Amino acid sequence: MEIVMIILAGILIAAAVYLILSRSLLRVIIGTSILTHAVNLLLLSMGGLKEGAIPIYGKEIKRYVDPIPQALILTAIVISFAITAFILVLAFRSYKELGTDNLEEMRGVPDEQ
Amino acid sequence: MSNSLVLPIVIPAIISIILIFLGKQALTKRMVVFAGALITLVCASFNLWNVMQHGIQFLELGSWPVPYSITLTVDYLSAAFVFTSSLMMIFIIVYSYQSVSFERERYYYYSSLMFMLAGLNGAFSTGDIFNLFVFFEVFLMSSYVLMIIGGTKIQLQESIKYILVNVISSSFFVLAVAMLYSVVGSLNMADISVKLAQLGDHSIITICAILFIFVFATKAGMFPLYFWLPGAYYAPPIAILTIFGALLTKVGVYAIMRTYSLFFPTETVGNILLVLALLTIISGCIGALAYRDMKKIIIYNIMIAIGVIITGVSLLTVDGMLGAIYYVFHDIIIKAALFMLVGVIIRITGQTTFDKTGGLIKQYPLLGWTFFIAALSLAGIPPLSGFYGKYYIVKALFQEQHIIAAVIVLLSSLVVLYSVIRIFINVFWGKPGALIQHPPYMKMMVVSFLVTMLAVAFGFYADQLFPLFHQAAVTLTDTSEYTKILEVK
Repeated sequence: MEIVMIILAGILIAAAVYLILSRSLLRVIIGTSILTHAVNLLLLSMGGLKEGAIPIYGKEIKRYVDPIPQALILTAIVISFAITAFILVLAFRSYKELGTDNLEEMRGVPDEQ
Repeated sequence: MSNSLVLPIVIPAIISIILIFLGKQALTKRMVVFAGALITLVCASFNLWNVMQHGIQFLELGSWPVPYSITLTVDYLSAAFVFTSSLMMIFIIVYSYQSVSFERERYYYYSSLMFMLAGLNGAFSTGDIFNLFVFFEVFLMSSYVLMIIGGTKIQLQESIKYILVNVISSSFFVLAVAMLYSVVGSLNMADISVKLAQLGDHSIITICAILFIFVFATKAGMFPLYFWLPGAYYAPPIAILTIFGALLTKVGVYAIMRTYSLFFPTETVGNILLVLALLTIISGCIGALAYRDMKKIIIYNIMIAIGVIITGVSLLTVDGMLGAIYYVFHDIIIKAALFMLVGVIIRITGQTTFDKTGGLIKQYPLLGWTFFIAALSLAGIPPLSGFYGKYYIVKALFQEQHIIAAVIVLLSSLVVLYSVIRIFINVFWGKPGALIQHPPYMKMMVVSFLVTMLAVAFGFYADQLFPLFHQAAVTLTDTSEYTKILEVK
């Protein structure tokens, strides 16, 4: 099971890298959110995917799945959600201000002659 | 076992929340933020004193026993870092009073500053690897806000790049934590250290180490991953640039010190770090020589300093670590001083390149000589503060037979001196250049002067700091005292 998950995470990371290397800002942002998905999936599978009940205490349950990666993923999801929201607003603002979403045209700091 | 360890993290966070409610009352906000930073500094110095008297301090949050809880582990290095960052934040706040415009102050500027201080202090004092990630995100998030605040075109363009780079490197941080968790099954840094030492020299551990170096090198601006730094640091106003240049990259350095000495003290990792650090020095030197723009020259000097510090760290000997610790604190102070002085110069002349300026020494002698002292201190002229760090690093390099590395470090000082003295000669000597208006700059000048004097004092009282830094270096090279927390229970 872990092998399948790792391959899936690999495919997601490959897609994310491809999107991040493109010119359009929106595609780059989609790439970063796919990257966080891949990383969260990997965090889940690295904790081990053995059979077990959900980590809520019950008297008759013998085995639970590892609760720590779930807590870590929950934290990581919220953080990446906040940052994605911020960067989307930033993209919107920069589109209004600069009139482009092409990263090639965002020259930034002017070079000296 | 004292609760006072959380105060340098909690107080700025509370002050930040209070500042959000204050809204548009500029004067009240200034007073509140100053008082908050002052209280933080008092708490940080109490912790520093406590650590110096009684050794490493631990705090298990929520009173859960050690490997199961998040711990705050404040050793000599962390306590000194927390103290320094709180101190520098006070200077930066006072400097911002005059240099940051009212418009920016209205939009939660001080609130972001305090939140950043909370994140920095948390990152320095945590003993849990995932908690380190969370505190990294806390100060990175406030750094995004600080970078974008004002919303000029150049800021928009550069902060998009900055945020994208940091989002990607944060994802890789989670990935590295995931891999480490799958190997050792623990998140407490002391626990991971003990368990990895039992595992021995596996190739998977080296892979984890390289992932961590990749992440922290991006944050610190080391050789192949520094590409975002010059542009991103050029965009925001000078007060914000001072925080970024003085403190933000140093967290990456601190994290490399911590993870390298605790998790992966192997020769392979050390050699990788050494090579990367030397390449960082070289590329920083090229940048510092290439530009005629004052801000850019100092920005490339950050990279040189990062390279020198990591060179010292990579040896993992007491002398190398001692040099790195001396140099990192020197660099925090002197980079802040230089950015502040450059800010004053830009304020007076209205130019960022030094071509059109000249002859300022007659009208502004205090500014001129302060800049001169700061420049000499940056290069490491013996009685001043930059000397001791480089002395120990070069000594350690000679002891370990890395002659070429030592020569590169020494030559880099020459380049550093040339690059800053070039600013001094062009701005202060010669005949007067472009017309000089006389804007109010006195508050900025006083703060810059004080920070430069602090750097000078750091040089003159280096002897008194030796016991603290020596113990910090010993705890980094021999981690048994750090991992003692596991035996306390």
